[in-house]
Amino acid sequence: MPSRHYLNHPTGFKSWLLTTDHKRIALLYLFSITAFFFLGGMFALLVRLQLLSPAGALMTADAYNRAFTMHGVIMVFFFLVPSIPATLGNFLVPLMVGAKDLAFPRINLLSWYIYVVGGIFAIGSLIGGGVDTGWTFYTPFSSMSSNSRVLTGAIGVFISGFSSILTGLNFIVTIHRMRAPGLTWFRLPLFIWAHYATSLIMILGTPVIAITILLLAFERVLRVGIFDPKIGGDPVLFQHLFWFYSHPAVYIMVLPGMGVISELIAAFSRKNVFGYSFVAFSSLAIAVIGFLVWGHHMFVAGETPYAALLFSIISYLVAVPSAVKTFNWTATLYKGSISYQTPMLYAFGFIGLFLVGGLTGLFLAAVGLDIHVHDTYFVVAHFHYIMVGGTLMAYLGGIHYWWPKITGKLYPEGWSKLSALIIFLGFNLTFFPQFIVGYLGMPRRYAVYPPEFQVWNVLSTAGATILGVGYLFPMVYLTWSWFKGKPAGDNPWDAKGLEWETTSPPPTFNFDRTPVVTEATHMYGHPEEVKVV
Amino acid sequence: MSDAVLTHGAHAPASTRLQHHFDTMAQQKEAVTLGMWVFLVTEIMFFGGMFAAYLIYRMWYYQGFVAASRELDLVLGGINTVVLIGSSLTVALGVHAAQTGKKQQTVNYLLLTGVLGLAFLVIKYFEYSSKFDLHAAHHGASMIRLFPGAGIFEVTGEYAGIASQMRIFMVLYFALTGMHALHMIIGIGILAVITRMAMKGEFTPHWYAPVEIFGLYWHFVDIVWIFLFPLLYLVNRHG
Amino acid sequence: MNSRMDAHAHHADLGHEHVTPLGVYFGIFGALMALTAITVGVAWVNLGSLNILVALGVALVKASLVVLYFMHLKYSSKLTWIVVASGLFWMMILFGITMADYLTRGWMISPTILH
Repeated sequence: MPSRHYLNHPTGFKSWLLTTDHKRIALLYLFSITAFFFLGGMFALLVRLQLLSPAGALMTADAYNRAFTMHGVIMVFFFLVPSIPATLGNFLVPLMVGAKDLAFPRINLLSWYIYVVGGIFAIGSLIGGGVDTGWTFYTPFSSMSSNSRVLTGAIGVFISGFSSILTGLNFIVTIHRMRAPGLTWFRLPLFIWAHYATSLIMILGTPVIAITILLLAFERVLRVGIFDPKIGGDPVLFQHLFWFYSHPAVYIMVLPGMGVISELIAAFSRKNVFGYSFVAFSSLAIAVIGFLVWGHHMFVAGETPYAALLFSIISYLVAVPSAVKTFNWTATLYKGSISYQTPMLYAFGFIGLFLVGGLTGLFLAAVGLDIHVHDTYFVVAHFHYIMVGGTLMAYLGGIHYWWPKITGKLYPEGWSKLSALIIFLGFNLTFFPQFIVGYLGMPRRYAVYPPEFQVWNVLSTAGATILGVGYLFPMVYLTWSWFKGKPAGDNPWDAKGLEWETTSPPPTFNFDRTPVVTEATHMYGHPEEVKVV
Repeated sequence: MSDAVLTHGAHAPASTRLQHHFDTMAQQKEAVTLGMWVFLVTEIMFFGGMFAAYLIYRMWYYQGFVAASRELDLVLGGINTVVLIGSSLTVALGVHAAQTGKKQQTVNYLLLTGVLGLAFLVIKYFEYSSKFDLHAAHHGASMIRLFPGAGIFEVTGEYAGIASQMRIFMVLYFALTGMHALHMIIGIGILAVITRMAMKGEFTPHWYAPVEIFGLYWHFVDIVWIFLFPLLYLVNRHG
Repeated sequence: MNSRMDAHAHHADLGHEHVTPLGVYFGIFGALMALTAITVGVAWVNLGSLNILVALGVALVKASLVVLYFMHLKYSSKLTWIVVASGLFWMMILFGITMADYLTRGWMISPTILH
C-alpha cells in the first residue's frame, strides 16, 4: 500500500465533507446509499411479515399502503437510481478514462448534498407518517384525496432528481472531453459505454419527472390542477408524464449493472468480451429504445388500444439489445480461463436472474397477457428479478471486484462466497413464488389476500428472511476488511484496465503521470498492452 | 505523441484560471461550454413536460383556451416580449465586450440586462395580481377572477359553461410563466454575481467563460418565452 | 483523434474564437422585433387551423435566430449541434408518442363492448 493516498490525505472531517475528489465523493455516496438500502429493506420486511397470513394481523391496510410505498420510493429513488453510478461510476469513470477527476468536481459534491437533502425530505415524510400512494404517486388520489405526507415525499423525490441530473451531466462531459491521449471511443471499457448511455437517460428523462412532480405538488397545494378529472383534468396524462421518465429510469438502474458485468466476465474468464462493439452499441440502443416504451405500464389505465399496440411492439424491440449483451457475455465464457471468485459468482447470478426477469418482461409486453397479470405479483416478481437479481447482484459483484482498489484491502473470500450463495438462494426463494402466486391472480399492494395463496407467501417471506441475513454478511465482513483486511496490492486480480495501473488505493490525483494509451485499455490475452509512459 | 504527455503540475500556458484536473484552458472552456449545453437540454425536457400538457389540453379545450387567453393582457405580454428579447441582445453585447476586453462596456451591458430582466418580472407581477381582481361588468355582466386556486377562481355569465376549461388554461398559464419567472429570478441572481466579477475586472479576452455560459442560459430563458407568448397570449385574437 | 489532442491542435490560441460582428447582433435583434410584430399581427387574421402553424412557425424562426447567432451555435462544434438536436428530438418523442394515445381516443370501439 502506498504511504499517501486519497483516503489518508488530507485528513479531518471537513476534508471529507468539502472534498472535491471524486473518489471520496463516491464513498460519501456509498455510505448514504447503504443507509437508505437498509431503511428500504426494513419496509420490505414489514411487507413480507404482513403477508405471512391472509388476514394480515400485523397492520391495517392504511399502514400497509405506507409500508410498500416507502419501500418503493426509498429503493427506487434513493438506492437503485444512484447506486452504481454514484458509487462505482464516480470512483471509476475518471480512472478509466485516464483523467484526474470528473469534469466538474464541485458539482459532483453538490450532487451528493442534493441527494442528502432529498433524502432528508423522504425521511421527513416518513416521520410524518409516510406516503400511501404507491411509489407511482398516481393522481387524483395523490393530489386530491390522500391523507399522507405526499407533498414532503414528492419534494424529496424532486430534489433527488437533480442529483441524478448533475451526475449524468458530469459523466457525459468527462467522457467526451477528458479522455487520455490515445483513448478513442472504441478503446474505452464497456463500463464507460454503459455509464455514458445511463447518463443520456439521466439527462433526458429526469427533468420530465421533475416537472410532473412539481405539477402534482401544485395540484395538491392549490387543490386544483390538470390531473383532477372533476375539473376536466386527465389522470392518464399524469401517468404518461410519470412513466416517460420512470420507464427509462429502470434502464438507469440496470445499464450500469450491465457495464459492471461486462468487466467482471472479461476479468474472470481472462478474455475480451465477445463482440465488443455490439455490446457497446447495445447500451446506446437500450437507452434510446427505452424511451419509446413507457405506455406498457398503462395498458389497462385508459390509453387507447392503438397506443398500446405501438408500445407493445417497441417493448419487444427493446429486449433485443439486452439479449445481445446476454449472448455476448455467454460467448465470452466459451474457451475462457474461468475462475470462480466472488465477483464472478455475482456475475453468473446476474446473467441467470436477469434472463428470467427479462423474459418475463416479454410476457408483460404482450397486451393480452398483461391484462391478466397487471397489478399482480407477477409484475412484482418480474421487476425484482431485474432490480435485485440483476442490478443488486451487479452492484455487489462490482463492490467486491473493486473493493481492493477502493480500500487497498482484500475482503475475506470464504465469507464472501458464502454470502453470495445465501443471497442467491434467498433471492430465488423470495421471488420465484411471487411469479406463481401472481399468475394465479394475487393482486399486488393488497394488505390481505385469499387463503389459497398463503403457502406461496410463506415461502416468499422465508426467502426474504434468508435474503436479509445474506445482505448483512457483506456489511460485516467488508467493514471488517476496511480495518483489518490484507493489503491488496495494485492489481490483485491481474486485471486489465487503467484503474489497475495505479496504486490501491489510488493517489488523490489518480495517476502520477497522465497515461498515454496505444491499445484498448481492457484487452485480455494481447501481447501489446497499455503503455503507461 | 511525446509532447502530449504531461506530468501533473506542468501546464502549457500558465493560467491561474486553469483548474487542476484540466490540461489546457481550451479543454476547460470546451468542457464548461458542453456542460451548459447539456444542462440546457435538461431544461428543454423540463419545460417540454408542461408543453406536452398544454398541447393536449389545447386540443381538448380549445374554446376555454380561447376565452381564457383573451383575458390575458396582450399589451403587457407584448412589452415583456420586447423587453426580454432586448435583454438577449444586451447580454450578447456583453459577451462581445468581454471577448474584446472592454471592461466598462461589459459591466454596462450586464447591468442593462439585469435591469431589463427586473422590468420583465415587475410587469409579470402586475399581470399576476390582476388575475386576483374581480372584473365587474366585464364581457356582458360576467365576473371573472382567474387565479386558479380553490375558492378564488370565479367564472360566471357567458363563460360559465367552459369554466373548467378556462381553469385548466389558467393552471397551465401560471405553471408555465411561473416556472419561467423562477428561471429568470435565478438568472438575475447569477447575473448579479457575474456583474460583480466584471466590475472587479476579472474577465479578459482569454477568460470570459462565465459571461458566455451565463449568456447561453439567459438566451434559453428568452427562447422559452418566445414560445410561451404566442401559445398563451395569442390562442385566438380574431373572430 | 481525442479531445485533448484536438484542444491542442485547434485551439492553441483562444483568440481564434469567433467574435460575431456587432452589426450581426443588431440585425438579428431587428429581425426578432419584426417577427414579433408579425406574430401579433397575424393573430388578428382568421386563418383557421393555419393560425397555430404560423404562430409556431414564426416562433421557431425566432428561436433559431437566437440559438444560431446569439448563442453562437452557428460557430460551435458538431458535438454541440448534436446535443441541441437531441434535446429537440427527445421533446418531440415526448409530444409525438403521447399524442399517439390522445389522437386515437374515440377511434373505433371494440366490437365486444357493443354487446
